[in-house]
Amino acid sequence: MTWVLDNLSTILGAGWAHLWLALPAIVISFLVAVPIAYLANRYRWSRFTVLLAAALLYAIPSLPLFIVLPLVLGTPVRSTTNVIAALGLYGVALMVRYAADALDAVEPDTLLAATAMGYGATRRFLSVQLPLAGPALLAGVRVLSVSTVSLVPVSALLGVNSLGLLLTDGFQRGIVAEVLAGIVATVVVALAVDLGLVALGRLVLPWERARTARSSRKAPAPVEVAA
Amino acid sequence: MIEFRHVAKTYEDGTVAVGDLSLVAPSGEITVLVGSSGCGKTTLLRMVNRLVSPTSGQVLIDDTDVADRNAVELRRSIGYVMQNSGLLPHRTVVDNIATVPVLRGTPVAEARERALELMTTVGLDPAQARRYPWQLSGGQQQRVGVARGLASDPNILLMDEPFGAVDPIVRADLQRELVRLQAELHKTILFVTHDIAEAIALGDRIVILATGGRIAQQGTPTEIMTEPADDFVAQFLGLDSGRALRVDGQLVVDQTGRPVGRLT
Repeated sequence: MTWVLDNLSTILGAGWAHLWLALPAIVISFLVAVPIAYLANRYRWSRFTVLLAAALLYAIPSLPLFIVLPLVLGTPVRSTTNVIAALGLYGVALMVRYAADALDAVEPDTLLAATAMGYGATRRFLSVQLPLAGPALLAGVRVLSVSTVSLVPVSALLGVNSLGLLLTDGFQRGIVAEVLAGIVATVVVALAVDLGLVALGRLVLPWERARTARSSRKAPAPVEVAA
Repeated sequence: MIEFRHVAKTYEDGTVAVGDLSLVAPSGEITVLVGSSGCGKTTLLRMVNRLVSPTSGQVLIDDTDVADRNAVELRRSIGYVMQNSGLLPHRTVVDNIATVPVLRGTPVAEARERALELMTTVGLDPAQARRYPWQLSGGQQQRVGVARGLASDPNILLMDEPFGAVDPIVRADLQRELVRLQAELHKTILFVTHDIAEAIALGDRIVILATGGRIAQQGTPTEIMTEPADDFVAQFLGLDSGRALRVDGQLVVDQTGRPVGRLT
């Protein structure tokens, strides 16, 4: 505990750096995965191919990717761009499936009604399909965020600053408190991001808030599975 | 006026929804397409606003082929009411009704104001404007659907079994309401149903469709009831059994002798 108190500024700094590696990666993953999922859903074969490719991409071991990616991107191995790109790649691989399922689950009758009202394709996607897929997308993004936040520490092996450095440093110098602090702080960052996402969801999906309010009134113990 | 000229529709899987059909739905009247499932009635309806394009033939609105018009613009100019209302679940009642005017560029505030008026027109309490569709009963949702269909004041209203999913009492209520509205509005309405009683209650003209989009008979309700063209129509009307009535003293009874009404 004394180690934690003595090194509080180091932990906070590492936590902050950790957050700023994870957040851009999460945002990029979401923004890239959703259009890919939309296009993939058009045909049975494209959906199959894209989801298979995503699964394979996710299976690449992370450390080699951190090292290979700079060769492709031309960025320095220890740059944050490199780390964010790698995290983003995993994020896309994970998020594409969630996004494809979420967009696919929107009631076809509702989409047909929107078309019949005179929505053009783009407008229908942005103002009908995307918001209606919102709750399922949010569930996906919450998994994505936890996955991304817990993947960040791997980049510490390259020497990029994050809570992962507490782990590598703690192991090398045999400071158990430092390792534990790294683990606990990573969990705290993951929870903080998750809470932020839930709050964001309540803000942008107001009709869902009304619905969950109702279901919790009607049934005392609703199983509102969000993740 | 809506005119179908030798339209046919064969789906990709080879199903023939409509063989070769020609039909005119006159302006300002309710034309009801009635038939059991698989008779192509919904397919025909959807040809009008290009949700379905005919394999061959033409659909004309006031002598203009709908295929020559921009599909999105065309749909915004035609009211569409479907079964289970098809309301957007993430929009409030008032915004659902305002959908088409907003798509056409009417300022949101103005469109909402008009939507509130329409709620009264279709018999809804404007106090429910801020609710979401699932907070309404099935009958109320259908009323919202009708209001949405009328919002941009279209000449043509397409109604695809709009009252099919509500209970019989509410359905009768909605039917009366539609007749009342039509007396004021004089829209050209194409109405699809599988319920012959509904067709008789609403239709200025009734088109009875057999499987494969063949017209079994068309005419006014009276013409069809008095002179069914063939056994198929008679059977569809229920004239062969339940509706074949006779008078027994003051009572009207059906074939089994069960009283169904009283002469007055």
